[in-house]
Amino acid sequence: MKQDRTVFPQIVNISRRSFVKGAAAGSLVLAAGFSVKVAHAEKPPEFAGEGMPNGLRDDPKIFLAIDEDGSVTFTCHRADMGQGIRTGLAIIVADELEADWDRIRVAQAEGDEVRFGNQDTDGSRSTRHHFATMRRIGASARTMLETAAAAQWGVPVAEVKAVNHEVLHEKSGRKIGYGALAKAASNLPAPPTESVKLKAPADFRYIGKGKTGLVDGFDITTGRAQYGIDTRLADMLYAVVARTPVFGGSVKSFDAAETLKIPGVVKVVAIEGTPAPSEFMPVAGVAVVAKNTWAAIKGREALKIEWESGPNASYSSDSYRKTLEAAARKPGQVVRSQGDVDAALKKAAKRIEAEYYTPHLAQAPMEPPAAVVRIKDGKCEAWSCVQSPQAARDRLAKRLAIAPENVKVNVTLLGGGFGRKSKPDFVVEAGLVSQAMNGVPIKLTWTREDDIQQSYYHTVSAERLEAGLDASGKAVAWLHRSAAPTLGSTFVAGMKTALPLELGMGLVNNPFEIADARFENPEAEAHTRIGWFRSVSNIPRAFAIQSFVAELAAAAGRDPKDYLLELIGPARKIDPYTIGDKWNHGEDPALYPFDTGRLRAVIEKAASEIGWGRSLPKGRGLGIAGHYSFVTYVAVAVEVEVSGNGNLAIPRVDIAVDCGPQVNPDRIKAQMEGSVIMGQSLAVLSEISFKNGAVEQANFDGYEVARIDGAPAEIRVHLVGGQDWNQPLGGVGEPGVPPVAPAICNAIFAATGKRIRSLPIKDQLRA
Amino acid sequence: MVQLVINGKKIDVGAERDMPLLWLLRDELGLTGTKFGCGQALCGACTIHLNGVAVRSCQTTVGDADGATITTIEGLAEDGMHPLQVAWRALNVPQCGYCQSGQIMQAAALLKETPNPTDDQINQVMSGNICRCGTYPRIRAAIKDAAKNMKGPGKGASL
Repeated sequence: MKQDRTVFPQIVNISRRSFVKGAAAGSLVLAAGFSVKVAHAEKPPEFAGEGMPNGLRDDPKIFLAIDEDGSVTFTCHRADMGQGIRTGLAIIVADELEADWDRIRVAQAEGDEVRFGNQDTDGSRSTRHHFATMRRIGASARTMLETAAAAQWGVPVAEVKAVNHEVLHEKSGRKIGYGALAKAASNLPAPPTESVKLKAPADFRYIGKGKTGLVDGFDITTGRAQYGIDTRLADMLYAVVARTPVFGGSVKSFDAAETLKIPGVVKVVAIEGTPAPSEFMPVAGVAVVAKNTWAAIKGREALKIEWESGPNASYSSDSYRKTLEAAARKPGQVVRSQGDVDAALKKAAKRIEAEYYTPHLAQAPMEPPAAVVRIKDGKCEAWSCVQSPQAARDRLAKRLAIAPENVKVNVTLLGGGFGRKSKPDFVVEAGLVSQAMNGVPIKLTWTREDDIQQSYYHTVSAERLEAGLDASGKAVAWLHRSAAPTLGSTFVAGMKTALPLELGMGLVNNPFEIADARFENPEAEAHTRIGWFRSVSNIPRAFAIQSFVAELAAAAGRDPKDYLLELIGPARKIDPYTIGDKWNHGEDPALYPFDTGRLRAVIEKAASEIGWGRSLPKGRGLGIAGHYSFVTYVAVAVEVEVSGNGNLAIPRVDIAVDCGPQVNPDRIKAQMEGSVIMGQSLAVLSEISFKNGAVEQANFDGYEVARIDGAPAEIRVHLVGGQDWNQPLGGVGEPGVPPVAPAICNAIFAATGKRIRSLPIKDQLRA
Repeated sequence: MVQLVINGKKIDVGAERDMPLLWLLRDELGLTGTKFGCGQALCGACTIHLNGVAVRSCQTTVGDADGATITTIEGLAEDGMHPLQVAWRALNVPQCGYCQSGQIMQAAALLKETPNPTDDQINQVMSGNICRCGTYPRIRAAIKDAAKNMKGPGKGASL
């Protein structure tokens, strides 16, 4: 992407976050004037960061400021929800800038995609889409500092070199710090993208090194870190909302008399629901505004509301499961087909079929959704834990009928996201309440009950698999039907079939070498809000496919790891388009083919690390699964121990990941560790179920997630593939999750002979 | 009027006696390091020390605490250098970080009672604190590192 590099010459103060200590008041910045003119090529870009809404920016004047005291402020435009992107992007910029890591501060960008480019933090995209631009930003600023130093000394720029926060002139032995150069450098134009000289990877100082701590580590461990729920404004009031228990319902009538008697309660405000598709807009409810959260909660308990349940009042998970399973037993829309699977199944020596069920899940980030919004002089300002601040800004503008240029969304740290906080409905709620209160600042908090009962749920899924084996036990026919309400139903009312992105999450992009295969997507109707949950449709697909492979291996009397590798076939690069995956995670298929060699390598690594094939005492077993998602290859090997009374323990997990070159290996390991725990939660414990349209669970007692005492005793992460910086980067936040559940279930089968086909496992192991 | 000592400071509290300390700390006193996670003592995000004992502030009311000495994450160590905080940073324990105040406060109470905890003891005492990001392996490791460091001469930390 080319950008107009016209530079406004003014020097502007950047407002600094309060915790940035030692920044001199009125200090100068490298430069903050900028203009953005995106030059459109003849064909709009299709892939990667360039293909995202509002694309990429690589102008250092947008992202970097250097004070006269030499401290560098990097403005991170991606939301940090625990993946460590504020540290990760800072590492990239600091390295190319030749900056001293201890003098880097990270500020957080407000939601403004015209200025910053795409800010929608999901899809495991931040590092892989922004690695190149962040390098150019750092290198460009370094070049400006070198140019300024050379001009000051009157020497050719080729004779000077930036090293660790100083520019050196070796010939004369002179050196000058970045702070002293900031003002002069700020008057220079940023060099054109094409001419910026990047570092040789051998010279990387921070990238790939794991030498840097977390930029927010001190604030987090001392309670100073600011999440959305921690925002405080003068004269702020607090709100909680009673929402329709059934999606699509409305308020028939309500009586707030008792509520208004509670000390601290100020007002009660009705929130009108949004007709389907409600997208990112609020559902119907009644907000209680009070002087503190506690009074608001008590006020809500005292509300008497009569609900009109609407069209989803009969949604019950027990009966819906039967509906989904029935759909998966009948032919559905064919989304990929090769050869003649019906004939091959008829001919097969053995036919095996199995059905797998995965329930709705709630993301349940530890910080529940929360937002502060105020409206003053026709301008709306929000502070919130949002994955997509631009989406929050757009929806606030639309629902409050305020021009987008008069809406500002400040992004705080996110206390977990996992997809929940990519939907800014809670920010719009806060905006509506503020508007109804004449613009007074409102902190709107979701209680845990709200979060569990009003989420955008991970879809419920029935996956039916059928395979034909030849006389030797080899799979020669493969029929996979995947029936699940689609994410698309949240955006298009009545949508019943999967989006291309859902098909490309492990259904059509199945790499197995089987000549006769068909993949179908029967229709499924949504009766609640379906939303992204970390790794999305890969969860049911990996669970079904990787469990089924182990079932086939058992039927063929083969080792499950060998059988899996045989199905994957030899190392080769598959063009995803040729197997029906037109999405390919938004990436160029030429750069990102499905490389079965890399999938094989992580499976082999996980297997060898766990000691695959070793003999184990009774009640113990090993299981393995491998899955490709978010253009990253992950395999998980698990050792389980199942006691006589059906207690499950996980002594050991080995997880091998090939995500291409690794910018911040420590955070990749952390994401894999966390993926194992989240995968364990959904495998063993977590389930959202509906009865008469409403969610049956309410808090962490009914909706259980993994705790430390049930977590694996040991998780070992293996980074595979090395640091080849010519290779494209893969995603990290999500791809660790999908293979965990099938690996656990395969290990349980090895330990006990019991095959789990329905998640969560819960008490299925009890005799 | 209820009297409390919070992080070494005496204060008179005019809040409703049935208000959980969590909301007093967060909404009235601006001590937002103590987190709201569940409101039902199911997740541990709101853990504080009440007279030196780890409690869930979402289930301890202002009235219950009359006369008590309270320590929150902000007061665990003035300089943020409690051995647990140091160990937490050295191992990069946090991911999103939201639950970590509660984890650290619970761990501090654990080490006070059990200076050299085994994995089982850690699992038992820390099992009330949920981390949805899954930092449990590093929490175990950091508690052990802190325990080691607290044994060194002059490194004893008081609660």
